[in-house]
Amino acid sequence: MAEHHESVRDGAWYRTYVVTWFWLLVITGLEIATVFLGLPRLAVILLLVTLALMKAALIAAYFMHLRHERLNLIFTIAAPLILIVILFLGVARDALNVFFLRQ
Amino acid sequence: MSEALQVREQHRTTASAWGGGESPFAVPWAKLMMWLFLLSDAFTFAALLTGYAAMRITAGVWPGAGMKAADFFHVTTVVGPMTFILICSSATMAVAVGAARRGDHRTTVRFLALTVLGGLAFLGMQAYEWTGFIREGARLTGFVGELGGKIQPMFPATFFVITGFHGGHVTSGVIYLLVKTIQASRGRASAESVEITGLYWHFVDLVWVFIFTLLYLI
Repeated sequence: MAEHHESVRDGAWYRTYVVTWFWLLVITGLEIATVFLGLPRLAVILLLVTLALMKAALIAAYFMHLRHERLNLIFTIAAPLILIVILFLGVARDALNVFFLRQ
Repeated sequence: MSEALQVREQHRTTASAWGGGESPFAVPWAKLMMWLFLLSDAFTFAALLTGYAAMRITAGVWPGAGMKAADFFHVTTVVGPMTFILICSSATMAVAVGAARRGDHRTTVRFLALTVLGGLAFLGMQAYEWTGFIREGARLTGFVGELGGKIQPMFPATFFVITGFHGGHVTSGVIYLLVKTIQASRGRASAESVEITGLYWHFVDLVWVFIFTLLYLI
């Protein structure tokens, strides 16, 4: 019984991996297609960054099993990542100033 | 503290999702250390990519007048398949971890070996991309030859530093995986150690998601 339960659970794990793998490939395909769609530049950038964040979330949550860890660990890993956003916003502000000065 | 109080305290710290107690993260220490290492590594990559973004924005024209970064690379024929291979190797790694947890050594070894092959294929294709780029005149300090002076020097510099740093991680990952494959084939790799190896490999895949997007697609 215990073995049966274990094998069912393993089956669920493999299904999760296959589904995650499938969606990662689909999103990668969408990313490449986005470049060739001829959308406005800003739309392309926003779309590509959103798709990249979706892929990263899928990998961390399902391949790295972060979704199944305790909240303590999830927040310990995820919360500091806000600093990356702050770093980018701080640098981007300065870089955009230079960009607009050049125009 | 009385025994009843101790029991109550233990229950309080372990029952809630935020509980502390002796093992607040409920993971083995080696896995926690790998997570913390990956977090620090994420900051290194983030710093590199932020620096790249800042240089690209301030440059105004990137990589040169009337040119696109994608013109220098084989996005659909080489870099796209590289991404495909890395995602597939992440999936095979996940299956190896699942098999190791189940105690299925044969499947663990087989899928670890497949992951190694994926990593080697990725490195081979990256070497091909680098070779093509260098032949066009790209150097770490700027472009030489016909295109010299027409292209932002930071274009090849950021490309080589960021993809090189990532490639170094892939190379380390392949060696790490090879060691783990040999250990697993001798029955000396614990499920926990295979899972920790997997964390590193998935991280390499995760970082590539952003490199692929920012360096090749945008």
